[in-house]
Amino acid sequence: MSNLYEEIQAVADQYPVRRSAVIPALRLAQERHGWLPPEAFREVADALALTPAYCRSVASFYDMFRLEPTGKCVVEICTNISCALVGAQAVLEAFESELGISAGETTDDGEFSLRTVECAGGCGWGTVAAINGRYREHVKAENVSEIVSELRNG
Amino acid sequence: MDNGESTPGPRTLLLEGAGDADLTKLGEYERVGGYTALRNALTTPPEELLEQALASGLRGRGGAGFPMGRKASFLPKPDQTSKPIYLAVNADESEPGTFKDREIMFSIPHAVIEGVLIASFAIGAKAAFIYLRGEYLAEFEILRDALEEAQGRGLVGANILGTGFDLSIVLHRGAGAYICGEETGLLESLEGKRGQPRSKPPFPAIEGLYGAPTLINNVETLATLPSILRMGGEEYAKIGVDNSAGTRLFSLSGNVVTGGNYELELGTPLRSLIYDVGGGIAEGRKLKAVIPGGSSVPVLSADEIDTPLDFDSMAAAGSMLGSGAVIVIDERCCMVQLGLRVAQFYQHESCGKCTPCREGTRWMVQLLRKIEDGDASQGELDLLLNVCDRILGNCLCPLGDAAAMPIASYVAKFREEYQQHIEQGGCPYGGESSLEGVLAPIDQHHHDVITGIEVPA
Repeated sequence: MSNLYEEIQAVADQYPVRRSAVIPALRLAQERHGWLPPEAFREVADALALTPAYCRSVASFYDMFRLEPTGKCVVEICTNISCALVGAQAVLEAFESELGISAGETTDDGEFSLRTVECAGGCGWGTVAAINGRYREHVKAENVSEIVSELRNG
Repeated sequence: MDNGESTPGPRTLLLEGAGDADLTKLGEYERVGGYTALRNALTTPPEELLEQALASGLRGRGGAGFPMGRKASFLPKPDQTSKPIYLAVNADESEPGTFKDREIMFSIPHAVIEGVLIASFAIGAKAAFIYLRGEYLAEFEILRDALEEAQGRGLVGANILGTGFDLSIVLHRGAGAYICGEETGLLESLEGKRGQPRSKPPFPAIEGLYGAPTLINNVETLATLPSILRMGGEEYAKIGVDNSAGTRLFSLSGNVVTGGNYELELGTPLRSLIYDVGGGIAEGRKLKAVIPGGSSVPVLSADEIDTPLDFDSMAAAGSMLGSGAVIVIDERCCMVQLGLRVAQFYQHESCGKCTPCREGTRWMVQLLRKIEDGDASQGELDLLLNVCDRILGNCLCPLGDAAAMPIASYVAKFREEYQQHIEQGGCPYGGESSLEGVLAPIDQHHHDVITGIEVPA
């Protein structure tokens, strides 16, 4: 695994002002740790000559940064209006029942996290479920058990 | 039509050839005329390119609909400023209902790159930044690969096609914040900060990215430039209707048979998009309402769908063309629940910088929930409208208006339904509304407990 510090330098070199690399750097750190623990803020701050508090203040603004540990597989269901009009709530409830957790929670074995998200941008092809960031579209409640067993076996 | 002209309808211009070949590949894109507009542009004086953009009547495809050529004309010329000039591409598509920029990026990424090159050359920019919505992972990979291919062929980088024109293009991914689609929120985020909008003036054309003159354009706006230059601005202006030139990619979603992105000439009747193109209302249900331009615009009732999809007609109907996202709503939907879900979105996405938006969206959600639960008084319905009124026009950026406009319109157009909730002490749909119980992110359980993982103090 290459060095996070070096990777962040390479990203920062693309910008006229190195602070622009904060978000890409936080993403790199999150990919490494699975979430953003305190040490991730220290690493990013060190690489970009910022403070950990500053990096945390930026991270907390953005929905994709995880300030708490999550499961290995993060399932996100869009419940904004276009998806909701075509059954997103039923899809969410099917995931809740298959995984045995409520939206916003992580399974005890640390395998799955489930949460609702705002409009994912797949509105005409709803319901959108993002699984570790990969979109699945046209998801129906009746497909959920198949998706979950695929993820469990995958 | 009575004047003998045909009614505008579907027309492929932007997405030409995308159905027949894999235009994510540079070679395929060139086979359908890709990068010829760039080659011509690089031997044309920049002022002439800006004139073409002005003559085309192209209006921004992000939401505000500002004429692209005029926006570009606000920037100083390279010899009038000591600062660098930047182009920022708004690829942070996040207005609910909108997914057309995503389709452009995954089907014609080179048209985006070609548009970026042309616009940068026209304004004298040597660096362009594509601010891509963080969630768009597949689109990131496609754009990244297309950029690499273009770079490999000398279309991006130093001394492009041997003309002496240099342009670096940085693909910058966001991290999930609706507000970063607002142009100054985008700039703040691109500078490595929380994406809180700036007060204007100064406008980005004068003081934008890193305090330097910056042109900010939407993905679709830029991807349209190559076709405009290929046919000429004046020819492009003949497509569509007065004040709304060209075609647009409309995002159709909700209770319609075939949702998707459809390119239509501006001025196409909304009815034609829903019924002829989209196959009508799913499962033979009755149409109740249509949101014609993304969740932030005022709603249209079912009897207003003969309104043409163009800027002026939508304004005359009391709504907006916005981001071109048409959300179709059938008879099963409770309009209070719709209001609540829309307001929850804007509360979640409010950046918190200015008071009317931060506090107002919270008040809207609380009042709408009371109305939906049957606990609201008549005075609280009036208070809801009062809150909307106090947000409108009083915020630093358009997010507050984006929350207040739709809610006020739902009450205005479906007043009887709101009234019923209050008089009956509950939802007249009795648990059968299509939006019943929808869990918004703002309401979900946020405390993660994991056993077996040591969280450092």
